[in-house]
Parts: sequence; structure tokens; C-alpha cells
Amino acid sequence: MKSFLDSEQLDRPTLERLLDDADRFREVLERPIAKVPTLRGKTVATLFFEPSTRTRLSFERAAKALSADTMSFSPGTSSLSKGESLKDTVQTIAAMGADLLVVRHRSVGAPARVAAWTGLPVVNGGDGAHQHPTQGLLDALTIRRALGRVEGLRVAIVGDIAHSRVARSGVFTLATLGAQVVLVAPRTLLPVSVEGWPCEVTTDFDEVLETLDVVYLLRVQTERGGATVFPSVREYLRRYGMTRQRFARLGPDAVVLHPGPMNRGVEIEAAVADDPRALVLEQVTNGVAARMSVLYHLLGSPEHA
Amino acid sequence: MHDLLLVGGRVLTAEGMADVDVAVAGGRVVALGRELGPAREVLDCAGAWVGPGFVDVHTHAREPGGEWKEDLATVTAAAVAGGYTAILTMPNTDPPVDGAPTARYVLERGRAIGRCTVGVAGTVTLGRRGEALSHIDDLWDEGVRVFTDDGDVVADAEMLRRALAYIGDRGGVVAQHAVDATLARGAMHEGWVSARLGMRGIPAVAETTIVARDLLLVADTPCRYHVQHVAAAGCIELIARAKDRGLPVTAEVTPHHLTFDHTEVLAGTDPVFKMMPPLRTADDVTAVREALRSGIIDLVATDHAPHADHEKDVPFEEAPNGVIGLEWAAAAVNSAVGLDPERFFDRMSIAPARLAGFDEHGHRIAPGRPANLVVFDPTAEWVPSGTMSRSRNSPYLGRRLVGRVRWTIVDGTIRHEGAASRA
Repeated sequence: MKSFLDSEQLDRPTLERLLDDADRFREVLERPIAKVPTLRGKTVATLFFEPSTRTRLSFERAAKALSADTMSFSPGTSSLSKGESLKDTVQTIAAMGADLLVVRHRSVGAPARVAAWTGLPVVNGGDGAHQHPTQGLLDALTIRRALGRVEGLRVAIVGDIAHSRVARSGVFTLATLGAQVVLVAPRTLLPVSVEGWPCEVTTDFDEVLETLDVVYLLRVQTERGGATVFPSVREYLRRYGMTRQRFARLGPDAVVLHPGPMNRGVEIEAAVADDPRALVLEQVTNGVAARMSVLYHLLGSPEHA
Repeated sequence: MHDLLLVGGRVLTAEGMADVDVAVAGGRVVALGRELGPAREVLDCAGAWVGPGFVDVHTHAREPGGEWKEDLATVTAAAVAGGYTAILTMPNTDPPVDGAPTARYVLERGRAIGRCTVGVAGTVTLGRRGEALSHIDDLWDEGVRVFTDDGDVVADAEMLRRALAYIGDRGGVVAQHAVDATLARGAMHEGWVSARLGMRGIPAVAETTIVARDLLLVADTPCRYHVQHVAAAGCIELIARAKDRGLPVTAEVTPHHLTFDHTEVLAGTDPVFKMMPPLRTADDVTAVREALRSGIIDLVATDHAPHADHEKDVPFEEAPNGVIGLEWAAAAVNSAVGLDPERFFDRMSIAPARLAGFDEHGHRIAPGRPANLVVFDPTAEWVPSGTMSRSRNSPYLGRRLVGRVRWTIVDGTIRHEGAASRA
């Protein structure tokens, strides 16, 4: 594995190795001194061309817990505002001596371009509505740690599938690990086609609710112009929101995930968000461990020694 | 003594394809037959087709205003390398060709530095803004016969209706960039590939809604109307029905829409596959091939659209639309569709010349006609590796093609010599 660009590229043995190592790093994070020397002397650059707080912090925390040095870039303070091209920007940063780049960009395929331009290992930190593979990994890790397995579980991904890189990575990661994935959304938030996606699709949440082991709620991006893709937030909550009533109909072991940031009262009712079976904060901690595992596999494992 | 003697080829004559020699002197074809006498140069055309030089009705020469991408010297060098003897340049330059001064500039520069005949299309509306008619009469007097806001659709129905009335009255052609802008905010074909990539799509109805509306307007206000770069299969039935009703409608397809489909974007999201309209499905490709064969689509046009490396080597969604294509258009068409020589020269030369009003081009070969000719070997295999264009944004570079230009002859002068050697 040279770069970590999308969740479709990964086979099951690779995913399971990443998850096993993420479990070990999760233990590291619980130690009094949560740090190992694995990547000492390596430099990880986080290049977030699109605003992000939690993903960038998570990658930086992961790199530092592995003793790597970090540099970061954000477009507001950079030469991009002086008209420098993306290619020149990333080649400049590569020339400063970065060993690995974490790239988030609004355009589909930008991290792959960056990998080609620089020759460096690149971790896709989210490209447009395409892929967010470390999110897929941390979600699988969270499910496996909570329920003991992924194989055979029935997972619904609910919400704005069409515009979600989290959904695209989730579908492929979870299906590769043996889960049955069902996408749930109003017609206007489903992709025009799911040809080739390893999942089912429905517009009727209540019909599948009681069969689910995991409900994965996506953030409903009201700022994307929600009014044009569904009638109103009130109606969305009524048909697709995780209300207390729906939560009560789930099996006793079923869990709820959300990539954050949550819109309480839109896709998830506050009482559900605060229930112990809502694993949102667990996902955040697992995110650091999953990213440590990815950085380790790209930079620190014996095959790279 | 003739200037040129083309021997041993299969020649497109008034009576069809014939195994004859062609003698050229004083810029004209002077004789067809055998034993035509001595010539200064003898070209061995064995195994090749000899026909009228190709004519492109859709070339972005980028001059004036975009000379870092292309200019009239480089674009005509690319044209003759591809067997073209005449090109019609698009008016979406900077400034646009919406009046006599820019038209005259392009035509004079074409005459001064061009390697083939250069014609220019005018805009339909002033500044391509869609608000008022361009200086149609002034353009007409400069020789402009085709009007288009290409790059943008004439969206306003009343504006288009007035253009059809005014240009129709003069006998000119309105050529439409038939893509609805409100449905074309994406970067690629809307389908399973765009869904998988999470990329905003451009549905096929972005094309068909404009074509359907325009054909109703043409039926109401008759004018020669030309659909540029048809990519969606749904357009074809609409065009066929309009032709059945006797409307003066023509249509073009590009080499790339005859060759590639949207799955090319999946592996690597390479911006070299980004164009407008986008590459559509394999079924659409099959449909446009069949429509070109049957004649529902009248002709091939390159939509040669140069962009510099630094403009195109960016993430897919941020890249400008377009690919270059003059040099390998004929080879791409031959490889993808495999037309017989009669239809091949009709779609590549005769039909486009009649559309654009190039009277000296696109004629079956006969004594007395200007010697604007191409010698095309339909079986030669090659891999394009470089270009005469100033830009190199083409998915055909590095790809094996069948069919290659041996010679391009403009007004009796050899302007391009391919790999074949002279006898």
C-alpha cells in the first residue's frame, strides 16, 4: 500500500490488518503517556484545502502519538490566495521534506493527483463527495469494538448519500468486511445510480428499522440548500430522523453512529445523541487510532524500514 | 508538365470510387485517368484513398486573445497534419467575433499565417451575452455564414427566435451549443460513474431539452439550424424526426464522442477526458456511431479545444472543458466507425464544406476543381506521440489508431507529408 486514497482499493485481509493495528494503537492512547516512537524522524504534512477542524486535529494527534513531526497548511494563509496552482503548492511542500501528505480537497480525485505530482504517500482526508477512507476505517473499528464483529451485521446508512464521501467510504469498507449495508434516503438524496455498489437501497426507513444492528446517520447539510432536496427539516425528521420512537424500536444491542458534527433535532434527536448506545465520541477516539494505523502502514511498518 | 501526379490510389470521383491517377497543375485538378504524362512530383497513393481535403466546422483557434493555447499558425499546422484543407474557427475568442473588425482580423491572419483555408463563424449575440443580436449584416459582408455562441447556449427562446428569423432571411446557419446551462453545472455525464465518484453530473436531458425546444422554434421560424457536438442518443431521434418533416436541420459529432464513454473518467479522474458535452455511456457512443453511418448526424466536427498544461493539469472538476483533435480526427473516426470511403469523405469533407460555405473545398475530384485534397491510408496503424498544436490535451496521444494521412494538398501545394515516402 503506497497511498490510502479510497475504500474501494482495500481487500479484506488489508482492512483487517489495519483494524488489528488500530486496536493496538487504541490501547496506546489509553496509556498515561500516550505516545510511541514508531515514526520518530518522519514528517507528516496535513494539507486541508477545505475547512476542517476535527479531521485535521485527529490526523495531527495520530501523527504526534507516533512521534512524527507535523506541518500544516491551510488555504486562507497561503500562496493559493496569491494564485499559486495546487500542483505548485504541493510540490513546494514536498520539497520542504515531508514524508507523507494528508490531503483534503473539495475536488474529486485531488489527493490522487497530489500523489502523482509529488510521488509521496498520500492519505485522502476527504475529496469532494467521493471518498473519506479513514472515516470508513474508524467506523468499522467502532462497530467491531462495540459489537465484536462486522461480518453479518445489518448496517443502515441514512441521509444525504448523494453528497456524502462518508457514505461512499462506509459502503465499501463495511461490505468488504462482510456487513449487509442498506442505504436509506429520500429519492433526491440518493445517488442517480448505485450500479456496482455492494448494498441495498430503500426510501422507507421504518420498513427496515427493526432489522438493523447499526444505524449510521449522516449529517443533513441544510447549508447545501436542504430546501431544494427535501420539503422541510420537520418533514425530514419525521421520515428519516432518529427520533426516540425509532430508537426504541431498534434491537437492544443496536448502536447508532454519526460522523459529526451532529445537527441535533434534524437527523438525530438530542435524547438519542446522548444515549450510551450512540457511539459518536467513541468514533472520535477510534479515529485517532485508525489514523495511527494508516500512518504506520504507510510509513513505519517493517515493509518500509 | 504537371505539378503533382497522384498515382495508384482509389479516388472519389463524380462517378464514385475509381482506381485512377490525378494530375494537378496551377492549383487545380487538371486530369483523371492513366498515363497522364510527366509531373514534377509523383505521389504513390497505393492502398490509399484520394479525396477532397477534410473540412472542420468547429475549431477553437484561440486567436485573438488565447494565443498561449493556440494561434492561427499552430492550429492550421495541426489541421493540415490531420488532412484538413479548411477550418471554421469558433467566435468565442477575446474579443469575440461579433462584428466586422474581429472577423476581418481572423480572416486576414488566417490568410497571412495559415497553412490552410481559414473561415470564421460569428456570434449570434453581442459579446456572447445572449441579450442582443450581434452585427449580423457586417459579419455577413465579411463572408460569415455560420453564427453560434458556442461555449454557451443561446438560452433565451425569444432571442433565438429573432436570430432564426434574421439569419434565416439571409440564408445563414444558426449553430447551437445545445446544452442547457442550468442542467450542466456538473463536470461529467450523470450516471453510475458520476454517482460512484461523487461528482456532480450533467444529465443527457441537458442536451435533449434544448434540441427539442429549438426544433420547435425552427419549425415555427425556418432557418438552417445546426446542432453542435451531439453526445446524447436522445438527440438523434429528435433530429431524425425534424429531418423527416423537411426542416433544414444538420448535426455534428466529435471524434471523441465516437470513441470514448464516461467510464474513462473512473480510473484516475484524468481531466483529459473532460469536455462539454461530457463523454456519455457506451449506448450513446453506439447510437452516435450509427447515426453518423446512417446520415442522421451529417458530419464530423473536431471541437478542437486547446488548453495549456497548467490549465488542464488540475483536479478534474476544476479543469476547463475540451480536447484537441485535428491531427487524428480522421484516424479516430476511421478506427471507431469504419465508414466506406464514400460516406467517409461525405462526413469529413463534403457535408461540412456545404454547411460552412467553403465553395473551394469538399467536392468530388474532377478536372477544373481547386486541388484541395487528402491522401488517406485507411489501414495504416500508428500511435500519435506529438502534436503541431501549441497544446497537447488529447486522450488520443499514446493510443493506437488505424488510418493515417499521407499527404495534404492545399491549392495544389503539398502542405503536409506523412510517414509514406514518395515514389
